Amino acid sequence: MSELPVWAALLVGFFALAGSLLTLLGCLGLARLDSFYERVHAPTLGTSFGAIGILLASILYFSVTGQRPAVHEVLIVIFVSLTTPVTLMLLARAALYRDRAEQNGNVPAAAFGQDVVVEAPADPQA
Amino acid sequence: MMRQILPYPLLSLGMLALWLLLQQSLGLGHILLGTLVALFAGRALAALEPDRPRIRKPLKIIQLMALVAVDVLRSNLAVARIVLDGRHREHHSGFLLLPLELRDRSALAVLSCIITATPGSAWLEYDAMRGTVLIHVLDLVDEQAWIDTIKHRYESLLLEIFQ
Amino acid sequence: MSETILFWSILVSQLMLAGAMISATTRMIRGPRAQDRILALDAFYVAAMLMLVLFGIRVGTSVYFEAALVIGILGFVSTVALAKFLMRGEVIE
Repeated sequence: MSELPVWAALLVGFFALAGSLLTLLGCLGLARLDSFYERVHAPTLGTSFGAIGILLASILYFSVTGQRPAVHEVLIVIFVSLTTPVTLMLLARAALYRDRAEQNGNVPAAAFGQDVVVEAPADPQA
Repeated sequence: MMRQILPYPLLSLGMLALWLLLQQSLGLGHILLGTLVALFAGRALAALEPDRPRIRKPLKIIQLMALVAVDVLRSNLAVARIVLDGRHREHHSGFLLLPLELRDRSALAVLSCIITATPGSAWLEYDAMRGTVLIHVLDLVDEQAWIDTIKHRYESLLLEIFQ
Repeated sequence: MSETILFWSILVSQLMLAGAMISATTRMIRGPRAQDRILALDAFYVAAMLMLVLFGIRVGTSVYFEAALVIGILGFVSTVALAKFLMRGEVIE
């Protein structure tokens, strides 16, 4: 660890801190936002630039300490950024389906007219 | 002939790159083994007979990726601010029904991934009959601005690439 | 010098990720509905995966990378399975 120059340590620290701060904010949003559909947005903070920051730190650290020209963290970035939208879309569709099945008025109805914009508590008749 | 060996060249190339990244080496043995895996993966996908996406302008993909990276970073910061403001802010989030001209399946898949991966907007449901998509937006101050952003920034580019 | 910078920044990052995991857990406990809990689980495993990567930097080995990759893959599959279960398993009578 001693062979790491100061500039590299600063950069690694910066990326690690920025990435984990974004992840923390995302999860705080998960805890603080009010409805499910608002909370769906929160985890993408951690999976987009949160993950990129921390994995950049890892790439930099292992490349500079010379154990390996580390690039395979890129795999995690690609993997996470491809899978997160899929899981979130599936979950959101499941939530839509359940809310519609219960007809609790939280979501716009399945077949709806020509209106372009619907406010959050949608009119059940719309 | 070429078609039979390499039905999906991009996929096979990607598999080879993935293999080499996982093995962390560029040795001849790994390249040979990776090529074998990649060829097999191409054949396996061909057996499933998916629609072949027609990419008209591959170079535009780079422009799209740069655009998405910038937008994701920007909306990361915007959503972080909303989370920090917490309960004090007024509620702006809401659903948005967006008419799309895009019909190509792979283009729609790309668009849905972009919109969902961007913090602050989430793709909920696509209606193939009407060609509309239901989107949930966290900070819905101006509906028309969102519609314009998605249509002009992403959809027009995707239309150029795929159709 | 660089060792202290690295030590403290990684420590603080790990504490922040721990905070992230705690707030995801509170959402998992509070619910109120099944989809909220699954969403929280999804965020939780991503934070755990990033935590492992930071452990790797701290210890200086790359063996944690494989573990992180496995967590990512298993988390993806489990979230998809749970979401599918919500659509097909519970609401239909």
